[in-house]
Amino acid sequence: MNYAFDFGWLFDYWPVLVKGILITVELTLVGGILGVSLGIACAWARALGPRWLGAIVATYVELIRNTPFLIQLFFIFFGLPALGVRMGELEAANLAMVINLGAYGCEIIRAGIQATPRGQFEAGASLGMSRIQTFWYVVLVPALQRIWPALSSQIVIVMLGSAAVSQIAAEDLTFAANFIQSRSFRAFESYFVATLIYLALAIGLRQLLRGLGWTIFPRRAAR
Amino acid sequence: MTDFTTWDILRNLLLAARWTVLLSLVSFIGGSLVGVALLFARIGKSGGGRAFVKAYVEIFQGTPLLMQLFLTFFGLGLFGIDVPAWLAAGLALILWSAAFLTEIWRGCVESVAKGQWEASSSLGMGYLQQMRWVILPQALRVAVPPTVGFSVQVVKGTALTSIIGFVELSKAGTMVTNATFEPFTVYGFVALIYFCLCWPLSKSSQILERKLNVAHRNH
Repeated sequence: MNYAFDFGWLFDYWPVLVKGILITVELTLVGGILGVSLGIACAWARALGPRWLGAIVATYVELIRNTPFLIQLFFIFFGLPALGVRMGELEAANLAMVINLGAYGCEIIRAGIQATPRGQFEAGASLGMSRIQTFWYVVLVPALQRIWPALSSQIVIVMLGSAAVSQIAAEDLTFAANFIQSRSFRAFESYFVATLIYLALAIGLRQLLRGLGWTIFPRRAAR
Repeated sequence: MTDFTTWDILRNLLLAARWTVLLSLVSFIGGSLVGVALLFARIGKSGGGRAFVKAYVEIFQGTPLLMQLFLTFFGLGLFGIDVPAWLAAGLALILWSAAFLTEIWRGCVESVAKGQWEASSSLGMGYLQQMRWVILPQALRVAVPPTVGFSVQVVKGTALTSIIGFVELSKAGTMVTNATFEPFTVYGFVALIYFCLCWPLSKSSQILERKLNVAHRNH
């Protein structure tokens, strides 16, 4: 192999990389917060909601979990305008990530909810708590605490999956790497640097979520 | 301009779906073989081997599959080989699957109670005998549902290979869209075909979990 590696272009293109990183972070933040919220709503519908709503949510979850994120993205960005629903590439990327995480989050959170012993609902009611209070304090918060590690890894997976949004020209980190390699003709180096940044983002996000878990759920569940 | 009937669209997509199936099979089988090798290194006695597999898993689970595809595609090119897209796609997916399968199977091996190792060792079994007769048969039972479940991720992962130019179902979807200007129909069909490939796998993973869990309930 006689190839001279050259990372000199980094000095010229770092603003492009920084912009890409910011967009990836923004997508992850919005996707993470809204996606988990959607997941909670869907988990409630499946575990405790009316049966017809549960059936609709189950269909949504199965459809999303059994199709590639890339195709969901293409369907939203290229397919939906045929129905008159038009949106920019960032909105489409955000929407796809929320819908994707919502489906996986639903299944993860539902598993946590189903592990709640039936008696706790009755205990909540006997303490004079309303249904909503019981759901929030007795069911949801302990459920989230139980499945927090699984939910965290899913959020990291969605962040890494967001690399695909470059394909609808959303200017994320992968888009930046594509742009740089098309200018500098240093394909391997551009993607190598982008990959290292993704790795750092993934490790950072994992630590952040772990810290967040400690802050939201300070008391360890009695086992 | 020729007109495309719905059947024309579907037929072209189904023809391309064969490549999705083939690539999924190659990736899953290749990934399993590499995964088994990594698993033995991960649970083995050599500290260096364990550290290597840990780093391997961290890197492949901590970076986007799309980046791994790009790096394989352009990385192989650095050696002066003219890399066809299918080669880069297959290689990257095998390495990626191996990382996930190793991690799944490690969990299964570690789920076998520690007393089983001690009991078999007190019977005078060597490491390989312990593995063959005591640990793996039990771990395998636990391993089947999540392994089948992961095969869904492999099928979905192959969609990304369209980006480095491998013509499978997703790429065919883009090509047919460009010819027909009917993205809603085409991507709808593409999604449907993926669903038909993945859903039976997801479902059987769930059913297997329920069936094979019998032994586990009495712990």
